[in-house]
Amino acid sequence: MRVAVAGYSNTKFSLDETPIENLLVSATKQLFHNTKNLEQKDIDAVLVSTNNVKRYLAPVLSELAGIAPKISHSVENMCNSGTNAIVSGFSYIASGMADVVLITGAEQAENPGQILDWDSSRGEFQHPIFWGTIFTKSHKRKFGTTDEELAYVSALNHKNAQDNPYAYNPKQYTIQEISESKRITEDLRLLDCSRSCTGSSAILLASENVAKKYTDSPVWIEGIGQKTTSAGFTKNDLTSIESTIQAANQAYSMARIRPNNIDVVEIHDAFSVCELMILEDLGIVPKGKAAKLVPELYNTNNKKINPRGGLMGAGHPLGATGVAQIAEITSQLQGLSQKRQVENAKIGLVQNMSAAATSSTVLVLKN
Amino acid sequence: MNFESELKQGRFVVGKCTKCHNTNWPPSEYCSKCFGELSYSPVKEPGIVIEWSSKDGQTFGIVEFEGIRVMGAIQGTPKQGQKAKITNCTFDGSPKFTFSVF
Repeated sequence: MRVAVAGYSNTKFSLDETPIENLLVSATKQLFHNTKNLEQKDIDAVLVSTNNVKRYLAPVLSELAGIAPKISHSVENMCNSGTNAIVSGFSYIASGMADVVLITGAEQAENPGQILDWDSSRGEFQHPIFWGTIFTKSHKRKFGTTDEELAYVSALNHKNAQDNPYAYNPKQYTIQEISESKRITEDLRLLDCSRSCTGSSAILLASENVAKKYTDSPVWIEGIGQKTTSAGFTKNDLTSIESTIQAANQAYSMARIRPNNIDVVEIHDAFSVCELMILEDLGIVPKGKAAKLVPELYNTNNKKINPRGGLMGAGHPLGATGVAQIAEITSQLQGLSQKRQVENAKIGLVQNMSAAATSSTVLVLKN
Repeated sequence: MNFESELKQGRFVVGKCTKCHNTNWPPSEYCSKCFGELSYSPVKEPGIVIEWSSKDGQTFGIVEFEGIRVMGAIQGTPKQGQKAKITNCTFDGSPKFTFSVF
């Protein structure tokens, strides 16, 4: 059974202290508004992606949205909760347990999903900036990556975010402004970091039997890969992301594509260095070469990578991020991304990861 | 023997499996390879510096002991592959290690 993305919605990302229930309902309401012929009774499953500590949020959202689904539950997996929820929804449809699945991701800026305090290997250095700076130092050491090359990653994402009306921070920065932004660690400046923010996004998945009821241009999930290498940070290689390498290989194999077939990409740029590592580990550029690609994209206004501005430009509402990435690729493959549109995009990819890149999801979508 | 209570006493101990002899990490009740019982003993020093950075003048990084990698504060100017010893360790909400390089 093929599974389509048949609808999507976004809300404005911000630093507001909006209650989680309101965030969930806002994105869901917008999805109903955006999607033709969708009625509450059509929805077989409601999945909520969040790190919020409130309980029973999928049934809560269902009731607030007038839905009485067969299946409803939350999915929490830190930063890649969203794509995990989508893989769960895909599986319900592919198995025949559901025809229509609503997935709503939401997060508040202050949330417990940012730090894995279980991880003893991090010692007292629990905050993500510490693994971010270690990855950065290692990439610099192994590949000679410069601060200026890293600054281009931030510049590119912030430039792209200017055309994203939902972005948390659609401000453009010069290379100099990024290079002179507040020093966080020896290897990270403030503008090398994504920021946890408030926001929500929703996706409607539908089986091929019913997808055309809701959209004239369904976008098909053709490849899925997932890998968890560990939960703790220090066990893994510091210059490549094994979970992404393995997830990408699974997704490419399932979709029967190669990296050079991909037209548009959403990747998990938690820190500048992550974007370089991911582009390399997805096989979009050879290992150690991403730092040369990014300035080229920036200087030619090429929006192929993170057209909505990535986590750095759009913001990172953890539970909503993977959902918003899928929404963007769907919009791109439908040709509806307006100023962000990548011309003639037919194949798109989403890469979403968690907890110092210890787990990754890679999805391939086609129109 | 408990990882946290030993660390509070200034001893960094790791579990070795009594069945398959695996050095087990992260701290757990059972071996992650064979679910055998663990016997805890102090890690063997010295460790080796894997990577580091600094924040506000404080150097910190990853040091490997018997294949186990942990992050801690580093005294001195580290080099990759350099030997390191534990100068202080405790548990206060999270493990806290201080290493010195030589």
